[in-house]
Amino acid sequence: MLNKIYWVAFTTLLYKEINRFLRIWVQTLLPSLVTMLLYFLIFGQVVGKNISAIKGLNYISYISPGLIMMAIITNSFSNVSSSLYSARFQKSIEELIIAPIPNILLLSGFVLGGVIRGLIIGTLVTLLALCFTYFPMTHLWILFAIVPSTAILFALAGFTNALFAKSFDDISAIPTFVLTPLTYLGGVFYSIDALPLFWQKVSMLNPFLYIVNAFRYALLGISDVSITHALSIVWLCCAILIGLNLYLLSKGKGLRS
Amino acid sequence: MQAVTIKDLRKVYANGTVAVDNVSLSINQGDFFALLGPNGAGKSTTIGILTSLVTKTAGQVSIFGYDIDTQLNQAKQCIGLVPQEFNCSIFEKVIDILLYQAGYYGISHKLAMQQAEYYLKKLNLWDQRNRASMLLSGGMKRRLMIARALVHLVHEPKLLILDEPTAGLDIELRGIIWSFLEELNRQGTTIILTTHYLEEAENHCKNVAIINNGKIAEDTSMHALLDRLKAETFICDLHATMTQLPQNSPFNLRYISEQQIEADLPHDKSLNDLFEYFKSEMIEVRRMKNKANRLETLFLNLIDRNNTVGNTSDAK
Repeated sequence: MLNKIYWVAFTTLLYKEINRFLRIWVQTLLPSLVTMLLYFLIFGQVVGKNISAIKGLNYISYISPGLIMMAIITNSFSNVSSSLYSARFQKSIEELIIAPIPNILLLSGFVLGGVIRGLIIGTLVTLLALCFTYFPMTHLWILFAIVPSTAILFALAGFTNALFAKSFDDISAIPTFVLTPLTYLGGVFYSIDALPLFWQKVSMLNPFLYIVNAFRYALLGISDVSITHALSIVWLCCAILIGLNLYLLSKGKGLRS
Repeated sequence: MQAVTIKDLRKVYANGTVAVDNVSLSINQGDFFALLGPNGAGKSTTIGILTSLVTKTAGQVSIFGYDIDTQLNQAKQCIGLVPQEFNCSIFEKVIDILLYQAGYYGISHKLAMQQAEYYLKKLNLWDQRNRASMLLSGGMKRRLMIARALVHLVHEPKLLILDEPTAGLDIELRGIIWSFLEELNRQGTTIILTTHYLEEAENHCKNVAIINNGKIAEDTSMHALLDRLKAETFICDLHATMTQLPQNSPFNLRYISEQQIEADLPHDKSLNDLFEYFKSEMIEVRRMKNKANRLETLFLNLIDRNNTVGNTSDAK
């Protein structure tokens, strides 16, 4: 009986989250597609033709996995952070706080909403990329492991961000000043083999490098890093963020006074 | 059965403000209970703790026997909250707000739809069901929050908590809301409310607690509280000009103007006594009204007394 109540509560929250980003698809889905189209056209078709092959692949093929992953990361993150923060801002979050929903389901509902948006965008950007290049998809199981895991990781991070945020500026600051720079420096546009040894070692501290390379390995069969390390780091970060978010929820951080 | 039991409740905010200070209250099932107090007295904090929007510092709270520390979800199932400020998602449609709210409580879509239709029709919002909530008028928004608070309450017992339910509404709408709340109360829903309209509390509530500076200044039945008034003052419009007041009147008559006087009606006398007196003194009264709301007079006295005691204690 209790499980049924919780299931209805969870599916209601998830439905609301999905409905929210689909209702405003011009704001949530379209911008990423337009941005990625420009990346493919400029870096792939215009600039890319003048860049020599990287690890035997033409430039557009090389950068496509990173661009797809960048879209998944930013959309998973933004969906949760903006949805939760605007609910906090409007105080409509109180509907959920007073309802008998366990914290784990509250977290799961928001996170899964972000994951679904990330996966929809990932699929659309992949279809867009296929208009310009081809992926052999050499390691499908890694694809199915790394893509949802990454979406979960950044949806969880978006949840944490929304709990701490005090204004909408705090919500937009993380994608602008953290996610995008780290993704760019995470080997989306280049192989770290091209960097001096010191910067190669610095790059190894960037978790985005592992995510981008794992995905590139899944699609193209090449990587600068160990795939085991990549998956382990993502899963470890997920576990840490799940624990942190549940702790914050139990303390009522950003939700209760 | 007790709908709400609060024992030694205390809330100290992070900045050191003591919002609720050892409050103990007991509210019966089926009660229509007013929690009154000046701004910042601790009413909303107390309501926040009952609904888990505010975490308590100390004390025990149970809702229909469910301890909120150990059986919070069971307690939540029984409560509907109408907050002071509009807190629905402004982009969602009216019907969706209700369906989501019911869903969060595990109500199936079919039952949720029936409940939503019932309350939206009852509160004259059915025609607005497909409009975004931000497009509603102030009165509609208030009614929407009432419907939302009730949509998930499908099983007994039910507790509806309203924080300033009629604030800022016109008289007609206030009347509609009070009638609706009275009907709910007659059907068995326990109602707790805060309001600044003391006349409304006097007219509708069975029991009352007055909270001031985080402490309970009074907790009694409305009837017992009003009985404490030593006298009620009435303003009487006279039919003719009156140049001299009767001496030694038992009703302490006073001039307001030549055609208007004040009369105190002591607690041990009735209006009939007053009318008899007017008749005996050949004073013809065209109409009369209460000078002030009775509860308002008591409320101000209690708050004033409480503040004086508080100040004296502080001085010590």
